[in-house]
This record gives sequence, C-alpha cells and structure tokens, in this order.
Amino acid sequence: MKGRVWGAHLGLLALLVLAHFLLPDYHHNNVAKVMVLACYAMGYNIAFGYTGLLSLGHALFFASGLYATALSINLLGWSAGPALALGLVAGAVMAVAVGLLALRTAGVAFMIVTLMFAQAGYLTILYLGQWTRGDEGIVIAQGLRVVAGFDLSAEGPRYLAAFALFGAGLLANLWLVRSPFGRVMVAMRENEARARMLGYNPFRVKLASLVISGLYAGAAGAAYAVMFGYAGASLAGVQYSILPMLWVLLGGAGTVMGPFIGCLLMFYLVAYSANVTSASLLVVGLVLVALVLFAPKGLLGSLRARGVTWLP
Amino acid sequence: MTNELSLTPSRRRVLQGIMGTGALTATGFFPGFAHAQSAAPIRLGFQLHRTGIGASYGRWYERTATAALARINAAGGISGRPVEIQFEDDGTDPARGAEVFGKLATEAGCDLVFGALFSHVVIGTAPRAAELKVPYLVCSEGHHVASGMLNRWTMQPGITDVKSQVQAMAPFVTANLGKKVTMVFPDFAFGHDHRDYFTAAVAAQGGEVIAQIAIPPTETSFTRYFPQIPAETEVLYHVMVGPAVLTFVKEIGEFYGTGAKPQLFGFMDSLEAVDIASPGLEFLEGSHFWEAHPRYKQADASAAETAYRAAVGVDDNGASVTDATDIATYSHMFSVWETLSVIKAGMEASGYQGPDDRAKFIEAVEAMTAFDEGEDHPQGAKTFNGKTHQAFGIQNISKVEGGKLTVVHKTAIEDGMYPDEVDYTTQAL
Repeated sequence: MKGRVWGAHLGLLALLVLAHFLLPDYHHNNVAKVMVLACYAMGYNIAFGYTGLLSLGHALFFASGLYATALSINLLGWSAGPALALGLVAGAVMAVAVGLLALRTAGVAFMIVTLMFAQAGYLTILYLGQWTRGDEGIVIAQGLRVVAGFDLSAEGPRYLAAFALFGAGLLANLWLVRSPFGRVMVAMRENEARARMLGYNPFRVKLASLVISGLYAGAAGAAYAVMFGYAGASLAGVQYSILPMLWVLLGGAGTVMGPFIGCLLMFYLVAYSANVTSASLLVVGLVLVALVLFAPKGLLGSLRARGVTWLP
Repeated sequence: MTNELSLTPSRRRVLQGIMGTGALTATGFFPGFAHAQSAAPIRLGFQLHRTGIGASYGRWYERTATAALARINAAGGISGRPVEIQFEDDGTDPARGAEVFGKLATEAGCDLVFGALFSHVVIGTAPRAAELKVPYLVCSEGHHVASGMLNRWTMQPGITDVKSQVQAMAPFVTANLGKKVTMVFPDFAFGHDHRDYFTAAVAAQGGEVIAQIAIPPTETSFTRYFPQIPAETEVLYHVMVGPAVLTFVKEIGEFYGTGAKPQLFGFMDSLEAVDIASPGLEFLEGSHFWEAHPRYKQADASAAETAYRAAVGVDDNGASVTDATDIATYSHMFSVWETLSVIKAGMEASGYQGPDDRAKFIEAVEAMTAFDEGEDHPQGAKTFNGKTHQAFGIQNISKVEGGKLTVVHKTAIEDGMYPDEVDYTTQAL
C-alpha cells in the first residue's frame, strides 16, 4: 500500500515534469499558475479537509504572502529571494494572529469570524492605497523577479520553480497527513470531544493546523507575486477565500492530490466555458451542483469511497 | 545576469520535434500554435470586459471594435491583409485578464492584444505582455501607462489619462463655477487619482479643495456621506463608477431636493450607459460634466463624427439606433476605434509581416507624434508621446440644457500636457 501511495504522488510529479517538455506555451503557463494556486489549495485542505476548519478567510493568508513579498521588493528594495521568504513567514504569522482569536469559535461562527478578518484585510489594502495602489494593484518589474540568478518571469524557470514549490508542498502534505500529528488532525475533524478525551488539546492542534495552512497560503501568495509580477486587492477579496474551498471540494477534501486536480479542472472549466457562453460562472455553478449530487466527496474522495481506499 | 535554466533536451526542442510531425496540429488540439503566414489575416486579440463590473462598457467596446474592424476591412485591411478580431472575456478581473492575454497571444496566435479599459485589469495584464513580448494597447484612461509603472510593450494611444483630463478642466471649473470645491469620489485608486491630480490642479488655479469625501467601494447607498459636504462649498465635483452610479447620482439629487445647491461638476463616468432623462435626475439640469466625446451630437459635429456615430450604431442622443433605452458608453468607446486606427498605421509603417515584427511595430508607434482629426480619430486631434506611450487630446465640458448635454467648452491639447515621468524607449524590447 505504501508503494502505491508514493507511486501515485510521484507519478503525478513525473507527469508534471513531462508536461514541462510537451505543453505549448499557453498550457505551460497555465499549469505553472495552477501549481502555485494548488499550493494555496493544499494549505486550505490541511485546515478544512483534514482538520475540519471551514474557513472563509484564507485570502488573508494568501494576500499576506503576496503583499509582504511585493511590497518588500517595491518599497524596501529587497531582492526576490528574501522577499519570498518574508511572504512565506507572513502567511504563517497572520494565521497565528487570526487563529488565536478565531479558534475561540467553531462552526458557523468560525466561518464568519474568518470572513470578517479577511474583509478587514481587504479593506486595509484599499485604505493603504498610497503604497498598495488598492484595487489597481502594483506590478513587480520584470528585472526584479530573479531568484538565485533564475528569472522567474521566463516560462521555463517559472514552471520549474512552480513545480519545486508544488512538489515540496505535495510531499510535505503527504508526510504530514500520514504522520501521527496528521491523524490527530483527522481526529479533530471527526470527533473533537473524543480527541479531547484522549488527551489532545483541540485548540493547539487546530492552531498548528491553521498555521501550517497559512504557511502554504503565504508561500503561494509570495510565489504568485514573483512569478506573475502582480499584486492587487482583488487577490485578497472574498472570491479568493471561496476559490480554494471550491478547488478542494471539486478535487476531494481530505485527499492530498485533490486540491491540484480540483484547481486544474476549475481553471480549464472557466477558461473554456468562456468560449461557449458569457455566463461561464453559470457553467461552473452547474458543475458544482452536479458534484454535490453525484460525487459529494469530490473526485478523489469519491474514488476513495468506491474502492481506492489507500488514497491518502 | 540570469541563468538560462535548462534541461536536456530542452522543452523547446522537444516541442518543436513533436510539432514537426504535424501530429498535434493535425488534430487541432493546439489551435493557433502554428502561426499564420504573411498572406493570412492579421489576427488581433481583444481583452473584453464582457462580464463583471465593466460589462456595460464591454458591450459597447465590442460593438465599436466590430464596427471599426468592418471599416478597416472594407478599406482593404492592413497592408492589404484582412483583419480578424478574437474577443475573449476577462470578467473585468486582473488575474483572468493576464490569462486571457496569454490565451490570445499564444493559443489563438494573435499578433497583438488591445481593448482593456479597467485599470486593475490593465495593470494585472501588463507584466504578461512584457513576458511574451506582445504589444498591448489599452483603452483605459488610467495614468498607469504614462506614470512609468508598466513596460515598453504597453501603450495607450487612443485616449487621454485622468491626470491630463483633470488638469485640463480645472481652469474652467475655478474660472466659471467656483473656487471652493468639495470632491466626492470612490475610495480606490481611480478615485485617488482624481483626488490627487484635481486637488493639485485646482490649487494651481488659485482655488481650493475644501473637502474630500471618499466613498468605500463596497457602498451601495450614499446618502449618509452627503452631510459631510461643507456648507460653503461652491462646486461639488463628483465621480463614480460601477453598477451603483445611477443610485449615486439620484441620491445627490434627493439630498439637495429643490433647495439651494452648489454648482455640480461631474465626470461622465458617473453617467456612462445611464439615461440622463431617468426619473430622479431632473436636478442635473444646469450642471456640468466632463466628456471625452460628447454623447449628444453637437451642432458643429464633423463629418467624421457623424460617420463614426452611424458606424457604431448610436443615434444623436447617444443611444443605440435599435433601442433608445440602450445608452452607449459614448465618452470612452471611441478609444477602441482610434486604437485600431493606430494599430493599422503602426503595422503599415513598420512593414509588419508577423510576430517577428512585433518590436518593429512598437518602435513605429513610438515614432508617431500626432493624429489628425478625421475618420481615424473622430474624437479629435491628438498628440502622441512616444516616450511615455500616452496620447493627449482635447476635453469637452458639457452643460445639461433641456435634458441634453451641450458642449460649452473645449480644452486645448496643450492644457492637458505635463512633464514626462518615464521614457519607455530606454527599455530593451
């Protein structure tokens, strides 16, 4: 079973390496972006899919990474490498701050509190328009998007950097959910009272999960800024809190590869439904309704429920 | 110094090998990957706000582009080649905008991309234009091009920017309407540009902005902000965009009722796609608006203006010829028409044959200095600054008289000019 698990995940990574050589430019760039966004979705999945924390405020963590990186480059003159590291830390630190307060609540209240924090973050970005340019956003000059000599605005290095980020995130995620702590996360999701009875501190476990989640989101936000050269308030809006939830639900909550698959499918669903109708979001909505009706556990979740029980 | 990260064999060589077999192109799986040859149509991508906050503009931008395309093709196309436009909806979203740009430039094989209006879409997309080295001609009004924020592949030859517009109009406001101005504007970057540039321009004319009232972008009702307007206000300068514009303007009217009110000076953005004869807007009678292009056909309209109006299907009142309730975004949409004229001129001047000549196209447009008023530029003559990639033109100040807008003042091109803030020609192509 262990071999099949590693084989499946390493197989996905091998496919992505192959895709680097085979995909034409449009799809090559798309998959690079999907890998970055999937990193964000994996973070969301750690909190929601494995620990049961239904957050509506993850855009705050993504935006923390995005803006920490973009502003440290544009305003402080940092090079992209340290700025990326700062973005990663910013996501985690923001998750600590939000978690300490929001985790005093649970369920619907947790959703509302996280949503409010994210909205406060969004409005703060608008308020600080002098530096952030608010809704318009800011660009990071092409010449500044260089890490260790690699120009991440160029398609090849960008794809491989996105792959490195995604690959590290995927394998760390796999290790995490198969570790003892990962099983405690799942225990919190399934029955918090019972986990508490067994001696685990739910607050500490959930906070740790949220911080790891924030770390992933911050890393994705930081990578987005450097790889795609833009930071704008729309990336901190409520839409970017909803999107990772949809990606995770589509791919399969509580599965390691689900966030990537959900993100990839949703990306192309939006891109190609626009060829058919201007109501592309209606198409997305119909697909989600169909998902709820026929595969409520998402694609990989349903697969796991129908026999592929070894999928982590 | 950057490293060329490579694996052996390189991605490009592998891809070229596969494409050499013709297997994938034959299946049509990657349409547009094999680019059109020089005899084939020139294909232009259009980044369209078909949905999202910019949809009312997008609808008319698409109509204008279609009309301009028909005119150009009827006249022999560009360098004798027919022209096609591929429209792609960006949802008025910056992230989607960059993706759409990539789709148009790489998958659809467009020679260049144009048409975006909303600033956040332009700013979110411009880095992609530079990465792909594909010309990106925007119709945005934002100061982001001339400010130096973007890159050499991004140009704005079809419409003036906010900084130029407010600078040109301020002397009329202070000389004719009053010197104590209160500004009401949306509390995001577009509104901040108005706040900053107009405040400075009014001060330069000896006037004063005595209050700046910023409306949060999530607001849907505005009544509670109006009591902040100081009683000594002589001119109320208002600008708003988005789906709540009609509510905004109506609530100004409700606030003042039939009592005394300051002179009102509005940006036409507050009324684009909105019928000025809508119930509740009667109070606008006698007030002034900025218009880049007069919505109502003026008595002195040129033959080019008349031809343009007919081509885009707009009647003398600024509405669709087929539906009098469908009001055009007339003050802005000419930029699409004029940008297409610049594209034609730029391609012909550069001897454009295909994607390898994209840099020559940029240099050819940069070399342009002026656009004469006429069928290519029905809004009026313009000066083009090749260093800042920004056009400068006349502005119209119109007064609401008898429920229609009548132009009472036209600025000179020079009124809107300001010192260069960037020289894009120093950047490598």
